Amino acid sequence: MVSTSLKSMEEVRNGTLLSLPLSPSLDAWSKAWTTACTGTDCGGLKPFFMNSVFMVVPAVLISTALGALNGYVLTKWRFRGSELLFALLLFGVFMPMQVVLLPMSQVLGQLGIASSVWGLILVHVLAGMPSTTLFFRNYYAGLPDELIKAAKLDGASFWQIFLRIVVPLSTPILVVTLIWQFTSIWNDFLYGVVFSGADSKPITVGLNNLANTSSSVKEYNVDMAAALIAALPTLFVYIVAGKYFVRGLTAGAVKG
Amino acid sequence: MSASRAPRSPWLPKLVVAPTFLVSFLFIYGLMAWNGYLSLSASRLLPNYEFVGLAQYRTLFENERWWVALTNLGIFGGLFIGGAMALGLLLAILLDQKIRGEGVLRTIYLYPMALSFIVTGTAWKWILNPGLGIEHLMHQWGFENFSFGWLVDPDMAIYCVVLAGIWQSSGFVMALFLAGLRGIDDSIIKAAQVDGASLPRIYWRIIVPTLRPVFFSTLMVVAHLAIKSFDLVMALTAGGPGYATDLPATFMYTMAFSRGQIGLGAASATIMLATIAAIVVPYLYSELRSKS
Repeated sequence: MVSTSLKSMEEVRNGTLLSLPLSPSLDAWSKAWTTACTGTDCGGLKPFFMNSVFMVVPAVLISTALGALNGYVLTKWRFRGSELLFALLLFGVFMPMQVVLLPMSQVLGQLGIASSVWGLILVHVLAGMPSTTLFFRNYYAGLPDELIKAAKLDGASFWQIFLRIVVPLSTPILVVTLIWQFTSIWNDFLYGVVFSGADSKPITVGLNNLANTSSSVKEYNVDMAAALIAALPTLFVYIVAGKYFVRGLTAGAVKG
Repeated sequence: MSASRAPRSPWLPKLVVAPTFLVSFLFIYGLMAWNGYLSLSASRLLPNYEFVGLAQYRTLFENERWWVALTNLGIFGGLFIGGAMALGLLLAILLDQKIRGEGVLRTIYLYPMALSFIVTGTAWKWILNPGLGIEHLMHQWGFENFSFGWLVDPDMAIYCVVLAGIWQSSGFVMALFLAGLRGIDDSIIKAAQVDGASLPRIYWRIIVPTLRPVFFSTLMVVAHLAIKSFDLVMALTAGGPGYATDLPATFMYTMAFSRGQIGLGAASATIMLATIAAIVVPYLYSELRSKS
């Protein structure tokens, strides 16, 4: 893919899948970024990329924070019925999202945030909450109860225990959850295509429109450059933090 | 359960999680019910709350396109689940041989997971394109008669989706299996080796059977991925040629958002929900029960 994105279109047509570019150039990249056509307008992927950034950052942070809080309460401040609540929430991890699409679009319309980045953020936070809660609950179940009990005897409050003891111990699971949420929200296409308006389409929708634009000539070099642009942030995260992610997974974070 | 007998402020934790749980449940179950009601209504272009009973379901199951989608789900689901699990297990076993560079390989295998299905689809579309991809490559290498037009062949296009899907998911399956393999007690393997069992035999007879729980959870994850698959088809074939590669997920999208058949879309979503519930609910039930 990288090699194709550096080729000119003529080379793509004459060369083969595996041949290397003769005169590598970044033309396809800059075209994909600024001038490639996605459907009717030709502004490249840049606006879509920015939409995704604006959407991903708050959605990831909010869903992770709420997941941590939920996991903490569900393991360290159990109450009657908390297990049942958790089981009910767990179903949300598996629920096919097609079920919520139609009603959700009505709700977003009622709230007045249909077709905006805010609507997408809300949907992603809600849809991500079951998984983040699951991750943190499984991790916190492994934290010794004695630790919390001792802190309670010392008179520490609910919030003090959370902020001073639990959060500082959460680094491994925080990394896993942040990566998980980041990749799934960045890569989401379904909500993006259903709930976004003209100005709030995320990068995946942009890429798909670009790749499926029915122009007379298919520019695979631009397509590949665009696909790489869309993939870069998540690849970057995996390269930098992949080690911790695998370690977290092996620690049993994903097992139901 | 000792934590629940805390002396002070037992209402605070509940109060803290109450809003998020409330909203989550509204999101999950409220919208589920709403969708269920829509599927029983006469909605077409706009939601219409006139109750029509099971009419939408009758239309759905008389719709030829829906049957294509279901058949495709069968083909795709079977091959994708089988393929991803087999390849993932194989990769995990190979990686488990304490080879050098394991960390690097493991991360490389996981990369596809970091990519969006849209990216994967776009890339595979080019690789499988008859004019430019594999077919072209084979022609250049001298195999003039080699033809690989799966992507544009209505009968074969679904297998392209399978191929790309397996490529995408087997790394993740591998990670899950590897985690399971690492959890197995080394002494069992040592003992078997002392008894003179060969390595493939050890894997087949001892290790794979002990992986059963991991096997089961992975199956859950992959199966529900298969039922929900949407992006991959959209990017690779957009359901085409014609509607030859429609899956229930893309069928639902087309009906609900571009064909103005909201009731029909809701009905197909309900069927998807029921399918997933049939797989997941017993699983969750047994998982949670065995834990407590």
